[in-house]
Amino acid sequence: MITLNVNGRAEAVDVDLQMPLLWVLRDVLGLTGTKYGCGIAQCGACTVHLDGEPTRSCSVAAGDVGTASITTIEGLSGKAGEAVQGAWQRLNVVQCGYCQSGQVMAAAALLQTTPNPKDADIDAAMSGNLCRCATYQRIRAAIHEAARTMEA
Amino acid sequence: MASTRRLAPGLTRRSFLKASALAGAGLVIGLHAPSGRILPAHAADGGPFETYVRIAPDNTVTVLVAHMDMGQGIYTGTATLVAEELDAAWSQMRAEGAAGNPRLYGNMAWGGSTQGTGGSTGLSSSFERYRRAGAIARAMLIEAAAKAWGVPAAEISVADGQVSHANGTTSGFGDLAKLAATLPAPKEVTLKPPSAWRFIGNTDLPRLDSVDKTTGKQTFTLDVQLPGMLTAMVAHPPRFGATVAAFDASAAKAILGVVDVVQISRGVAVVANNAWAARQGRDALEVTWNEEKAETRGTAELLTEYRNLAAEGGGHTVRGVGDVAVGLGAAAKVIEAILEFPYLAHAALEPLDAVAHMDGDRLDVWGGHQLPDLYQSMAAQIAGVPMDRVNLNVMMTGGGFGRRGVGDADVIVEAVETAKAIGWRAPVKLMWSREDDMTGGRYRPLYVHALKAGIDSDGRIVAWQHRIVGQSILKGTPFGPMVLASTGGYDPTSVEGGAGNLPYDIPNLRLDLVTTNVGVPVLWWRSVGGTHNAYATETMIDELAAAAGQDPIAFRLANLGDHARHRAVLERVRDVSGWATPAPAGVGRGVAVVESFGSFVAQVAEVRLVEGRVKVDRVVSAIDCGIAVNPDIVKAQIEGSIGFGLGAILKSTITLEAGRVQQTNFDTYDVLRIDEMPQIDVHIIESTERPTGVGEPGVPPIGPAVANAVAALTGTRIRSLPFSQHRFSA
Repeated sequence: MITLNVNGRAEAVDVDLQMPLLWVLRDVLGLTGTKYGCGIAQCGACTVHLDGEPTRSCSVAAGDVGTASITTIEGLSGKAGEAVQGAWQRLNVVQCGYCQSGQVMAAAALLQTTPNPKDADIDAAMSGNLCRCATYQRIRAAIHEAARTMEA
Repeated sequence: MASTRRLAPGLTRRSFLKASALAGAGLVIGLHAPSGRILPAHAADGGPFETYVRIAPDNTVTVLVAHMDMGQGIYTGTATLVAEELDAAWSQMRAEGAAGNPRLYGNMAWGGSTQGTGGSTGLSSSFERYRRAGAIARAMLIEAAAKAWGVPAAEISVADGQVSHANGTTSGFGDLAKLAATLPAPKEVTLKPPSAWRFIGNTDLPRLDSVDKTTGKQTFTLDVQLPGMLTAMVAHPPRFGATVAAFDASAAKAILGVVDVVQISRGVAVVANNAWAARQGRDALEVTWNEEKAETRGTAELLTEYRNLAAEGGGHTVRGVGDVAVGLGAAAKVIEAILEFPYLAHAALEPLDAVAHMDGDRLDVWGGHQLPDLYQSMAAQIAGVPMDRVNLNVMMTGGGFGRRGVGDADVIVEAVETAKAIGWRAPVKLMWSREDDMTGGRYRPLYVHALKAGIDSDGRIVAWQHRIVGQSILKGTPFGPMVLASTGGYDPTSVEGGAGNLPYDIPNLRLDLVTTNVGVPVLWWRSVGGTHNAYATETMIDELAAAAGQDPIAFRLANLGDHARHRAVLERVRDVSGWATPAPAGVGRGVAVVESFGSFVAQVAEVRLVEGRVKVDRVVSAIDCGIAVNPDIVKAQIEGSIGFGLGAILKSTITLEAGRVQQTNFDTYDVLRIDEMPQIDVHIIESTERPTGVGEPGVPPIGPAVANAVAALTGTRIRSLPFSQHRFSA
């Protein structure tokens, strides 16, 4: 039995300590907003925040999370997160939407540390997040838009 | 089910039906019969419009959509059609998938008797049907208001979701829906003229799914949660065509959380309490495979065979005009090219999955029901229940690109077989890992094209010989025999998208198709034939233009004859892309124009070389898709199609060695990432023609436009894909 700090709540879970955090969130805690895409940290669909850092939850074992504060898409809040979600909605970024939880989490983390990102910052922060619908042009525009709304 | 968990749409619908049966609440324009083909009587004789719109007491209008939404936006598109004629407010519109009744949901572009999503037909199939549904619902609400208020129907108007009388009485739809539901549906309604449209063509409509998809609330098949549900993963044969000879489940069963191991028709399923246990159990499983009938050739062997077939001649002559030998003999210049296209995986980000649950004598199946009639029938057959006891819950899918429309219903069959094999004792979620998905076949086929074409001294194309070698996608599907009979024996999807419909005015032309037999399963992959045919023909046209010493757009326009819609998109990209201004030093510019799925798309691409690799900076695209119902979604689909197609031509390949697929995940199957996405400008041609395809037609031109730009910059013609095999210098 371990206790995880998920979206501000202490969750006691009885799991194989090798189970990736992704599957603890999805299959044990029922938080299905975090997606499985590759299982090897190549697609970013499973991105969550661990103490604010964007992290691929498919590649972190449950037993290694410790006391880190886990934020999933269901628990995303704050100025950057809301700015990102609002911009995504205004610009109609999504298509199938499967990658977008991860995209939103990665973008929110970027704006936390880099409130006014250049295109190169966006490339660096977001190139680990695949979108097979290729909504990339709108993702880029929405990050810039979110940055503008955060300044306002 | 915990209250914090979002209900799967199928459950939502059933809950609603139950509620409305108990309370008599709301207007359901045609009940979606949860038991499949059992129809309410009025739907059987009243025409198909009755099963498309549901108006609830809370004023929400839910459109029951005949087509699966894999991201292309058909839910929003269909809701737009209903909202237009209903005079609804956009904020009250909702949409969900409906399936299991081809009489109501049959694809009109396929003749109307089979439900399905594909060939970029969703909106054209829905254009009349759902506008009529909206108009009928509106007429019934007005009739209800007239009765309730004791005023003539002619004095009642509807706007922004409000029904109003001149005396100031108003009502939302929800309060009138119960009474409206008791009235007869009008037989005839008049649809609005385009000049009165407020929603169709509106550039500011937000997608209906934007909020749920940016907050993690959208439920995909992989997210379905049912009480007691188990998760299964299947050990599939390592070579296509192999079967299970024997297996030892002891190591798998020793994994914590594994509850059962069962053989099914496609392999061995490991059933567990969660996905992680299923994965570990599946990896621990020891299976001996019978490979007697397995495909053991690799890409290298296949390419050698295909090249020989391309050189030998023969095949099925799809088009023959004039005498190609004479034409080539008389040509001033002749160009030859052999082109090679690899197998490609769809690699949708949601791997294949399905959920099956037998409750009493009723089987529920959640999944990406792209060909629902087929899936319902196959599920019923496996379960041994009548068709009308199979309920399909249509889920939004995390991409698709063709992969969910499979003639043998692969993942649906696996889910139902596994649930049956464990005695129906629990709902089963069957999921493929990324590796299963990547190595599981159903690829865009490998092709070799041989082209030979000639121009006269004036730059007119005088002869064109084109031979295509590769597998048929249709052959072996349930639709294959019918379609092949209608064409006289060839697969039209092998030649579509630039070859069979080559638009140029050529007096001597021959197109031959050589169909190969290979054990690698193949499938339609976004734009299907257009993924290779457009590349072959539009790069050859470009070479001919260069040989004629002409501007590539001027050369095309001169040879396009009376193809006005091709000309219009070409002229548009010429005029808006800065084509007349020479490209800056170090930049190559290329163009292509292709008709596919009834739409016309031209693209101009600008490329640079970065460390010997091609970097696409900018793409300008024009599309004529008839009436653009949702212009912003049209733009989004073209942007996405360009990104999808570009990733494939630049980077993606599935190769086989001794019958085994060598790419297993996104570390080896490379796809486009954000830093490689060009700036894209999309221009929509104003049109009064019926809506045509949007989801796929943006794909075919991007490959040849980029290849032609690279040729303009470097002089090199790229004849084997992907580009990543090659290094370039200017």
